[in-house]
Amino acid sequence: MVGLVLVSHSAKIAEGLKDLTSEIAAAHKGIVAAGGMEDGSIGTDAIRISEAIRQANDGDGVVVLADLGSGVMSSETAIELLEDENIKVKLADAPIVEGTIAAAVSAMVGSDLEAVLKAAEDCRGVRKIPE
Amino acid sequence: MSTKVYDCLKAIAEKIIDNKDFLTDLDREIGDADHGVNMARGFQAVIEKVDPEDPDIGNVLKKTGMTLLSTVGGASGPLYGTAYMEAAKVFAGKTELAGEDFKGALEAAIAGIQKRGHAEKGEKTMLDALMPATDVFSEKLAEGASVVDALDAACIAANEGIEFTKTIAATKGRASYLGERSIGHQDPGATSLTLTLETIRDFLKG
Repeated sequence: MVGLVLVSHSAKIAEGLKDLTSEIAAAHKGIVAAGGMEDGSIGTDAIRISEAIRQANDGDGVVVLADLGSGVMSSETAIELLEDENIKVKLADAPIVEGTIAAAVSAMVGSDLEAVLKAAEDCRGVRKIPE
Repeated sequence: MSTKVYDCLKAIAEKIIDNKDFLTDLDREIGDADHGVNMARGFQAVIEKVDPEDPDIGNVLKKTGMTLLSTVGGASGPLYGTAYMEAAKVFAGKTELAGEDFKGALEAAIAGIQKRGHAEKGEKTMLDALMPATDVFSEKLAEGASVVDALDAACIAANEGIEFTKTIAATKGRASYLGERSIGHQDPGATSLTLTLETIRDFLKG
């Protein structure tokens, strides 16, 4: 199953999002939260993110979802650090909450990496309040 | 040389830590008021985690980059972390500092920062200090100047770069939300970068 890594500056956001996803997509066991710094402070840590990617990967690959600014930069760095390892990994250009839920549901029904990524990225265009 | 490289990093760390409040105040004006705090935390960890006895300059710089990635927290973590790690590749296996390698390391750092931040010159970032400084360093080196003299000229260019960042609006990072209102303020990243170059110059002067 395609794994998910949740990156936020806030450990609480990443953990909370993991909790939420566990309710909606309970059968998905490959979701790893990589929020905040090691000491719990606000920030992002490329090394922790790359470890989370390794942990989330069961062979089918991993989609990373990140929040603001340096969340994206740290995630890109983390992916680069894993270049020599045989892990398929993609960073989603998606709103993190909606994207994570869509990706988790898609992964749970057995979609491949590209399809899970697309499920996440398709959330970019979804209106919350219909016209 | 290895101990010297560690000692130089330590001098950079001390400079950053000494200027923690200054950098944070600059960032408070146009960013999220964490540049000094984040950089100081990162370089404190560098002093503690990097092996002072490692003879390989590349190893020392790589360890520095990895440490910054995991301890800085904000955007300067992946930016400076990548810069040091790219510079490390140029110095891999080397135990002496040659001018050409230093030039190569500056260029590699620029490429790394650009790859990570998708920034160009003129966007009110650390590149506005680093790119002109590297150009001047390369010119002086080509004219036969010593590393210290070339760095002296590079530091002048970096400071001019800081002045330039006061005249332009930010288009990257948090400061970009301020748009035109960011004009008049100097960029914190360009400032920490210039402090770094000045410290290396002062260190090499001895």
